Amino acid sequence: MEEKDRNQEFYDRLEAKGVSRRDFLKYCTALTASMGLTLSCTGQVVKAVEKAAASPRPPVIWLHFGECTGCSEAFLRTPDVGAIILETISVEYHETIMAASGHQAEKSLHDAVEKYKGKFVCVVEGSIATKYNGGYGKVADRSFLEIAKSIIPNAAATIALGTCAAYGGLPAAAPNPGGYKGVKDAIGVATINLPGCPPNPLNLLATIVKYLNKEKIELDELGRPLFAYAETVHDRCPRLKHFENDEYVEEFGSKEAELGYCLYKMGCRGPETYNNCPTAKFNDGTSFPIQAGHPCIGCSEPGFWDTMTPFYEEA
Amino acid sequence: MGKRIIIDPITRIEGHLRIEVEIENGKVKDAWCSGQMFRGIEMMLTGRDPRDAHHFVQRSCGVCTYVHALSSVRAVEDACNITIPDNARLIRNLIHGAQFQHDHLVHFYHLHALDWVDIVSALDADPVKTAKLSENVSGMPQKSEYFREIQDKLKTFVSSGQLGPFNNGYWGHSAYLLPPEANLMAASHYIEALKLQAKAARMHAVFGGKNPHPQFLVVGGVTSVKDLSADRIHEFGEIWKETTDFIDKIYIPDLLAIASFYKDWGAIGGNNDAFLAYGDFANDTAENEKLMPAGFIRKGLEVENINPDMITEDVTRAWYEKGKARHPFAGETRPIQGEPVYDTDKSYSWLKAPRYDGLAAEVGPLARVLVAYAHGNADVQAAVNGVLKKLSIGKEALFSTLGRTAARAIETQVIGNAMGDWLETLKSNIASGDKKTYQAWEMPKTGKGFGLNDVPRGALGHWIEIEDSKIKNYQYVVPSTWNFGPADAKGNKGPVERSLIGTPVADASKPLEILRTVHSYDPCIACAVHVVDPESNETYKVQVV
Repeated sequence: MEEKDRNQEFYDRLEAKGVSRRDFLKYCTALTASMGLTLSCTGQVVKAVEKAAASPRPPVIWLHFGECTGCSEAFLRTPDVGAIILETISVEYHETIMAASGHQAEKSLHDAVEKYKGKFVCVVEGSIATKYNGGYGKVADRSFLEIAKSIIPNAAATIALGTCAAYGGLPAAAPNPGGYKGVKDAIGVATINLPGCPPNPLNLLATIVKYLNKEKIELDELGRPLFAYAETVHDRCPRLKHFENDEYVEEFGSKEAELGYCLYKMGCRGPETYNNCPTAKFNDGTSFPIQAGHPCIGCSEPGFWDTMTPFYEEA
Repeated sequence: MGKRIIIDPITRIEGHLRIEVEIENGKVKDAWCSGQMFRGIEMMLTGRDPRDAHHFVQRSCGVCTYVHALSSVRAVEDACNITIPDNARLIRNLIHGAQFQHDHLVHFYHLHALDWVDIVSALDADPVKTAKLSENVSGMPQKSEYFREIQDKLKTFVSSGQLGPFNNGYWGHSAYLLPPEANLMAASHYIEALKLQAKAARMHAVFGGKNPHPQFLVVGGVTSVKDLSADRIHEFGEIWKETTDFIDKIYIPDLLAIASFYKDWGAIGGNNDAFLAYGDFANDTAENEKLMPAGFIRKGLEVENINPDMITEDVTRAWYEKGKARHPFAGETRPIQGEPVYDTDKSYSWLKAPRYDGLAAEVGPLARVLVAYAHGNADVQAAVNGVLKKLSIGKEALFSTLGRTAARAIETQVIGNAMGDWLETLKSNIASGDKKTYQAWEMPKTGKGFGLNDVPRGALGHWIEIEDSKIKNYQYVVPSTWNFGPADAKGNKGPVERSLIGTPVADASKPLEILRTVHSYDPCIACAVHVVDPESNETYKVQVV
């Protein structure tokens, strides 16, 4: 099919769902903004999403290890996630949403790896237990460690979604009873890290769009895409002017809290935390923790459960 | 000896769950539930600042997000003798109510529905007849064009050869009983609910900053005082209205329509006598009265007051160093140091076996609805009687897989409706100049406290002991541990294991019927794995709730 026809078919399908081309462009504009791109890049994003919607849909294998499913839940909060799951990508394996269980689920996983060897995107949620032969975490008699080693090297790219998959996260907090580690540390493969507890789903979508668009994704030394993690929460904080004016909240519930002053003295870790929460926000732009009057806890930094605590003490 | 089958992974749940059953003459003769992951969150909490605990425990689970954080701040507030302001109670209740609405909707449509709804059969439906069905049962009927469009979308999806999450489902299984039109209607609402849930979760973000893992709770209250503006409250109210509308006009009618084809399941998946509810949604800051009441049912519909001292946990069949069953207060954490060996004759799970007065008790929507019903709660009685009448079934059918799934819908409606009252009270407090959302307090050197709560999956208790202003001990006993725990020292099985016994299985290679009962409990296994293995048998003052 010609690219032009394919695009037309894509828009026809959108129209059929009651989504106009204008709505779609608006959505891509929001996505573009979350990717930290200038609005002139919207065209590229549109193109990538159109391409992504082409057939066959790009296969994704989503693995759950030592996790709480919060990253999946965050992904499911993307507006119109149904269209992403059913029409944009092909989720070949995802334990939270897939119909099959047991042997049939295992078959789905193995068939997908076989069929899409070297072509699928692997999204990993959760960290990997390494102590006791990986004995603290298993699926179908195989340890997370064994599963990771057998599946992930076959992927075209691996996204470590959330702080657990990226750096170990909560299960790795001291004393780390199961010897949990992030994917890269556990099995030594390169990953694109999208930390956050939970990670912002727009950053996942933006990463997938860039990947499908064959754009180079620039990463920092911690494996995080620069389009989302180049600046600190503090850098883009809407309360920054209060910090500069020495206007601080010193007790929750105070007049200063009501005025939305800076939360630095309440323990805010915004200055040490690289993420785009203040600009991307969560749940379709509804809010983010500092907007809700709570200090940032640094949830996208490696080891934050140990390095950023006690959370309510000034750094 | 019957045939043993293992289902691992159980999907459409939170966490890593393995179910093993023995099948004889087409029925389950015996069953074993196993939690397959251990993280050890309580072990991490020892020595930390009690104010930080809620952030840690919230990460027990991203599906039942918020509820552990709420239980944790309540436990610390109990230990530090803090009474939170009324606005904090209302905002916490609203976020908790929103969690019930969101969680139960997602459970019904995205985690449970595919056990009853054959997506592939929906392709054979007549969209005109589907529209008629929708007109008969739904409060928000859709036209044939709508169903045709969804059906076309499904056809395109299936013909693409990339079935994605629907690959290898038990489609065409003889236990699927819905006509194609009902399947199409339910499949359409699966997609609608996927959209709605993303919106419903925004209720959390309005006052909580984000979802999952809202970040606005602190010991002493909530931080989102700046969001108590008319605009923000209106925003919350609009999403609540839309969600409530969906529940009333789509979810409840779908439940009744689907249940009417599966009335046999009113006699399958029960087998439990004991039910436990801690109750939740306090009507005032003194917590004298709760929307959903506390109570323990030993058998039938006779309800007793609960006594937190009756709660123990048994580790005989779990992967922990052995010890006597103990009360969760004052504990030590001792997972086995090595690779666990799965052996249904010995130890087979990371879940422990909680007991109330020595009995395995079912917790969750069914327990709450039964306790409220037995207490004479008018709203719950009316809703239950309405459902029983519509389905022409008796009260005994409540004690089943069908009853459990119906109870979840019933309480979603009851709790959702109450949110409207809390929102109004919040507005009138603010109008009268009361914007207090936080009570200042000081950390004591020592203290002990607990919070008994009821959350979407059931009774949840958190216990904390503070020494030198740090956490000395922290334990929680979680709904899915109650339900999915293993056998105890006496050999008494856990509630889900009991429920599975007697379940008919038409085809052992496609155990669809097992999934129905397992999913009816809405398992959350990451939450369920916890370590409490008390060395000292310290008793705590009896507080009858």
